[in-house]
Amino acid sequence: MLLKLDPSKIRCEEIRDIETIAADSVYKCYQCGKCSAACPAAPEMDMLPNQVIRYLQLGMYEKILESNTPWVCASCLQCMTVCPKGVDLAKIMEAVRTVHLRRGENKLNINKLDEEYKARAPQIAMIAGLRKFQSLS
Amino acid sequence: MKFKYFPGCTLYTKGKDFDDSGRAAAEKLGFSLEELDEWTCCGATFPLAADNNMALLSPSRALCNTLKAGEDRLVTLCAVCHNVLKRTNHVLKTDEARRNTVVSFLEESYDPKVEVTHYLEVLRDIIGFEKVAEKVEKPLAGLRIAPFYGCLLLRPAAEMGMDDPDRPTIFEGLIKALGAEVVDYPLKAECCGAFQVLNSEATATRCSAEILESARKNGADLIITACPLCQFNLEDRQKEIAETAAAFKPLPVLYFTELLMLALGGGKEAISKDRHCVDPFPALRARGLLE
Repeated sequence: MLLKLDPSKIRCEEIRDIETIAADSVYKCYQCGKCSAACPAAPEMDMLPNQVIRYLQLGMYEKILESNTPWVCASCLQCMTVCPKGVDLAKIMEAVRTVHLRRGENKLNINKLDEEYKARAPQIAMIAGLRKFQSLS
Repeated sequence: MKFKYFPGCTLYTKGKDFDDSGRAAAEKLGFSLEELDEWTCCGATFPLAADNNMALLSPSRALCNTLKAGEDRLVTLCAVCHNVLKRTNHVLKTDEARRNTVVSFLEESYDPKVEVTHYLEVLRDIIGFEKVAEKVEKPLAGLRIAPFYGCLLLRPAAEMGMDDPDRPTIFEGLIKALGAEVVDYPLKAECCGAFQVLNSEATATRCSAEILESARKNGADLIITACPLCQFNLEDRQKEIAETAAAFKPLPVLYFTELLMLALGGGKEAISKDRHCVDPFPALRARGLLE
C-alpha cells in the first residue's frame, strides 16, 4: 500500500489533542509491535494497535477515525504491560474514542440492546458500555 | 476485626452470591465487612482520559466517606470496583492539581492515607493464608481449580500493586489453603473481552473460548474469579461457543468466595443454585465435595 504523506499534518492540532487527552506522546513508540502481539482483541481489529500509533505519528489522523480498532479495545492494558517504551496505548485508544464521543457521535445505544440480554447482564457491563461507547450529549 | 466495605452495584443484585458468600466467609474467618454509608456506583471504568475529572467524582466520594467514618482502609470484593477505586486513589495521592479540582468540587477534604484493599489481600496479608487453612472444615481435596485473574486485579501493576501481572500467585495461595489443586494455564491473566461484549460480541466470545479451552486442556474442573464481568462473560458465552465447536464441554465459573465458603463448612448453600448458567454441582459432586 502506497501512502502519501502530508508534512503539514504531522503533529497537527487533532493529533496534539489526542496526546493531550491521553497525557502521552505517540512519538515514544518505535514500532516494535509488542503491543499488537499481546493484544487479545487484535483479531477483530481492522488495524493493529501499533499501526494506530504509526498513523498518528505520520499525521494520518483520518485513518484512525475510520478504524474500528479504538472501539474494539477492551482497555485490558496488556499492551502497556509489555511496551518497552512505556506507552499507555489504552489511553491513546480512549482519547480517540473521546474525540468522537465529545462530538456527540455515539458508537452504541445501550437502550437498543436486547431486553433479555439487559436483564441478564451485570450492571458493570452496562455502565462500562455507557462510559465507553455513548456520549454524554 | 471490622473493615469498611464497598460492595458496588453488581454485588447488590446480579452478583449477590458473591457478596453473600464473601460476607459469610469473612465472619467465619473472624472479620466483618461493614458497608460504607451512602456509597454510590464507582462508574465501572477508570477514566483513561486525563481530563475526565467527572468520572473520578463518585469513587473519590467513597474514599472521602471512608475517611469521614474514621477509617483508613476501604475493602472491595468486585474486581471492577477495586480497580476504579484503587486507581482513583492513586490519582488523588499523586496528582495534587487533580486532587484539588475533584475534592473542592465535592466540597470535601481528603487525606491520602486511605488504602483500598481487595478481599484477597485481606486474606493473604492481614489474616494470612495459613490461618485460612486452619479454619478449613471441608478441604476441597482433589478439586482442580483454574484461577482466572483477568485484567483488573493486576493491571496496571504499578498502581494495583497486588501481584505480578505476568505470574500472579495470590489465587494459587488461596486454592492451596483450601486443600484444592491449582491448575496452571497460560491464559489466566488474559482478558475475557470485558465490556466489549456489548459492542464487539465476537471478541468476548473468542477471548472467553480461548480462556476456557486453555483451562480445560490443563485439567480444570472449574474456574474461579473475582470479577462479576469475567464470571458473566466466561459462563454466558459458553452457549454460543458450543454452537460452533461441537467438542466443547461446559466449564463452571465460580466466584472464589463460593468455594472459600464451601471449604469453611458452608455446605451446598455456599454455591449459588440460580445464578450460574453452567451448573457447578456435577463437578463438585464428582470430587465428593457435595452429596
